[in-house]
Amino acid sequence: MTSPVELERSEVDEVGAVDTPWQAIVWNDPVNLMSYVTYVLQKLFGYSKDKANKLMLDVHHKGRAIVSSGSKDKVELDVSKLHAAGLWATMERHS
Amino acid sequence: MKQWHRSGDEVVATFERQEAHLLRAMVDQIRDILAARTAQAPADELSALTGIRTGPSTAPDDRVLARLLPEFSREDPALSGGLRSLHEPELIDTKDGVAAVVLDTCPRDGGTVRLGAEAAAAWLSALNDVRLALGTVLEVSEDMPDQLPDSDPRAPHFGVYHWLTYVQETLVLAVAGE
Repeated sequence: MTSPVELERSEVDEVGAVDTPWQAIVWNDPVNLMSYVTYVLQKLFGYSKDKANKLMLDVHHKGRAIVSSGSKDKVELDVSKLHAAGLWATMERHS
Repeated sequence: MKQWHRSGDEVVATFERQEAHLLRAMVDQIRDILAARTAQAPADELSALTGIRTGPSTAPDDRVLARLLPEFSREDPALSGGLRSLHEPELIDTKDGVAAVVLDTCPRDGGTVRLGAEAAAAWLSALNDVRLALGTVLEVSEDMPDQLPDSDPRAPHFGVYHWLTYVQETLVLAVAGE
């Protein structure tokens, strides 16, 4: 058994593991507000404020972050939602 | 306008007449450029028969449209084209829909705007689309100074961009209850 906190951390750090062949990537963008990116990640994926904020900071500092993963259909849907929100998102197969 | 604030289940802000005109005009323009994109790809007979709409498989040449309607993949053009064709019509509808919410709720000559959760979410997306469009035209970059030298032809428009940033940022905070 893991605590909810640990579970959440492992989700962030290991997205793209064994059963997650596709990944949705959000890229850094000079226009999108940091607060808005956090809001969008919380709203679209139901992430906690902390998790959404961590992913947003990864986008900001590292230039990109994997924000979701799973089947091709799921990730395709996630990317289209991110596009609707105006985030610069793409999908790629986990290698 | 002063920043958005929370009032019960709603978020509230008051827009001056000139601010409302400006915002509505920019939101309208987003609808126009999206409509122009749709008009470039008229519905074919197959779509009419099946009811399944498909969009173009190539990215728009126009850089504003290209930013509003991004590619699905950086490394696989075939995947990108196929998914664009499948999703672009709906994406345009969604963006048009949120723009329409702003036009429906922002009084033509200014005044108080009260938004429930759903309308506030629509405003956030629509404001973001306007900022993406303006930011693309102004070539906004991370290391840009807050104020451009007067000699820069973009300088007068930058105030509008910053104002939109203020409207969006304070709306995010009000929605998040901060």
